[in-house]
Amino acid sequence: MSDARPVTAPIERNAALAADAPPVLEVRDLHVKVGGQLVLRGISLVVQAGEVHAIMGPNGSGKSTLAHVLTGRPGYEIVSGSALFEGQDLFALAPEQRARAGLFLGFQYPVEIPGVNNAYLLKAALNAARRERGLTELDAFEFLALVRAKMQLMRIDESFLGRGVNEGFSGGERKRNEILQMLVLEPKLALLDETDSGLDIDALKLVASGVNSLRAPSRSIVLVTHYQRLLDYVVPDHVHVLAHGRIVRSGDRTLALELERRGYDWVGGEAVVA
Amino acid sequence: MSKNPASVNDLNSLVGRAYRHGFVTDIDADTVPPGLDESVIRLISRKKSEPQFLLDWRLRALAHWREMREPHWAQLHYPPIDYQAISYYSAPKQRTDGPKSLAEVDPKLLATYDKLGVPLHERARLAGVAVDAVFDSVSVATTFKERLAAAGVIFCPFSEAVQQHPQLVERYLGSVVPYSDNFYATLNSAVFTDGSFVYVPPGVRCPMELSTYFRINAIKTGQFERTLIIADEGSYVSYLEGCSAPQRDENQLHAAVVELVALDDAQIKYSTVQNWYPGDEQGRGGIYNFVTKRGDCRGRNSRISWTQVETGSAITWKYPSCLLRGDGAIGEFYSVATTNNYQQADTGTKMIHIGTNTRSTIISKGISAGHGQNAYRGLVKIMPNAVGARNFTQCDSLLIGKHCGAHTFPYIETRNPTATVEHEASTSRISEEQLFYCLQRGVSTEDAVNMIVSGFCRPVFKELPMEFAVEAQKLLAVSLEGAVA
Repeated sequence: MSDARPVTAPIERNAALAADAPPVLEVRDLHVKVGGQLVLRGISLVVQAGEVHAIMGPNGSGKSTLAHVLTGRPGYEIVSGSALFEGQDLFALAPEQRARAGLFLGFQYPVEIPGVNNAYLLKAALNAARRERGLTELDAFEFLALVRAKMQLMRIDESFLGRGVNEGFSGGERKRNEILQMLVLEPKLALLDETDSGLDIDALKLVASGVNSLRAPSRSIVLVTHYQRLLDYVVPDHVHVLAHGRIVRSGDRTLALELERRGYDWVGGEAVVA
Repeated sequence: MSKNPASVNDLNSLVGRAYRHGFVTDIDADTVPPGLDESVIRLISRKKSEPQFLLDWRLRALAHWREMREPHWAQLHYPPIDYQAISYYSAPKQRTDGPKSLAEVDPKLLATYDKLGVPLHERARLAGVAVDAVFDSVSVATTFKERLAAAGVIFCPFSEAVQQHPQLVERYLGSVVPYSDNFYATLNSAVFTDGSFVYVPPGVRCPMELSTYFRINAIKTGQFERTLIIADEGSYVSYLEGCSAPQRDENQLHAAVVELVALDDAQIKYSTVQNWYPGDEQGRGGIYNFVTKRGDCRGRNSRISWTQVETGSAITWKYPSCLLRGDGAIGEFYSVATTNNYQQADTGTKMIHIGTNTRSTIISKGISAGHGQNAYRGLVKIMPNAVGARNFTQCDSLLIGKHCGAHTFPYIETRNPTATVEHEASTSRISEEQLFYCLQRGVSTEDAVNMIVSGFCRPVFKELPMEFAVEAQKLLAVSLEGAVA
């Protein structure tokens, strides 16, 4: 399993582990209902600092539910189980507190907020996190310098800053915007919910290089995805297969390849619906 | 058991901070006893040493008003108003006959303006704003007269214009809103006590934004101010109106009239930020705001723009309108109206296309929170001769919480087949999705709601002069506090 970690430097990670730090994320036997229906039926998952995990599974297996419930989206009923973020009870925190503590969700369908420009939201988000950490807030110039560098990386045009949040954006632009926000906010744990879906190959590579640029011993990434395609570019340390609200199989990246070859039926999921 | 701080329950507590301008200035006022009859009109007219034509006009209005009935077609509900229980004249008592400069103005008055943030002193000069402040019924201070006079612009209290420029007043007063126009305008015509007067001569671009700050102070006085703005041929003027009133348990009546006249190639931009006391969370108190505002694009290629941000008042009844008489005239109406708690607003505009190739644009943004009720009522009328007339109307409502309402009453009458009339309307809630998106980025619920609401209002805010836009945004945030919780 440990031979599939080409990006993370093992020595530094071991150092972090040696300090006896709690995992970045520790989910225990999580049961969650949506609209009275049990959707997650006992999820357990441990993500250590610096790791990249991929959670795969057919539609309706509970992938997005897991991402949403961890970030505090309304409408989910936590029946039992727990989730700790750096040892802290995640469910005791409001969504914005979770975000400020360093938990980021890359949305599958980023919503439009007409009239609110991208720069405004992103600056408010960054400064909210900085306040939380006792750092001084960035002024407009400092912010622009920071965000411009990241925009270049994601090949996002300058004019983008003045546009409304996701307003009139194509699917690909929305996903790139999510990655840009992630790069600016530099979360400790990024949950990327089907960030690869609907992207052409160039956009996929761009998104992947954005994600890879964030990889660091102190940061963890959970990729929620349907296909193994993204994993060619962002190589995970661990792969989990979700079916019917449970993790039915875990392994290294070869699991994703095998899954691609044999289909979700192999792990007891439904057939992949494109 | 899941934690849902972003739910609609949250959405309900963002609206409740106390009204910030709810203080009363304690000064001796010269107030006539409540009631309305000919003797009161004669008293007002005498106090102001008015010429005969004005007294006659007032008396005609009073006679007409007695025959009229209060209109009840609006989507508004309130107990009957006792017009005989209102005092129709209240003036602060002066230490001298009248202030000749700011130094002579009662310091308490100035302190009041200070609390309101009216830029009367040096700040005003820096900000480039001339203020004609109306305190109850008498204008107490007018700044920048000299600079304006150098440009030939007349900007003074209405009562002063009556003395100094009676021929202009006689010519234009009531020429847009006649004394017989409607119940409240007619009442105003009979009893108005002061207001602002602006005349911009031909070809002059007014060198600064003009601003009036209205404030109702005395208990149980109605405020009936009257504003008249004339932009002569090829001139331009931008006028800002800001309002607030002290906090009281009883309701106060405000029935103002604004008349705008734009001659050939002239342009008037009229911006209002209305923050009269809206009443408390139970709907007690607050201003009843029954206002008639109308602009007459009398000349060719003239243009009148109304921009309003309405956050205050218990009741708002207001339809700033444009008569597009000159060929090629343009009328615009940009509006944000917010109702929270038990506030009610029935507001909109009328665009009457009379001349050829006249154009009008209506952008209305209504925000309802708490138990607020918000109605847009608009009329686009294309007269038979208005060849090539065009109108575009966009009318959007945003709902916050479950107990508020939004209503839209668009009327379109077209009597010319060449006209183009477009109407777009939408009603939406602040979506949980938008809210969660912001929260997930670490933004608080309150900031997120303000952000989303400001974004919704952006098309209107960008029509406001810069400083006003900032003010409007803050005001909106305050008036929606507690709407989300």
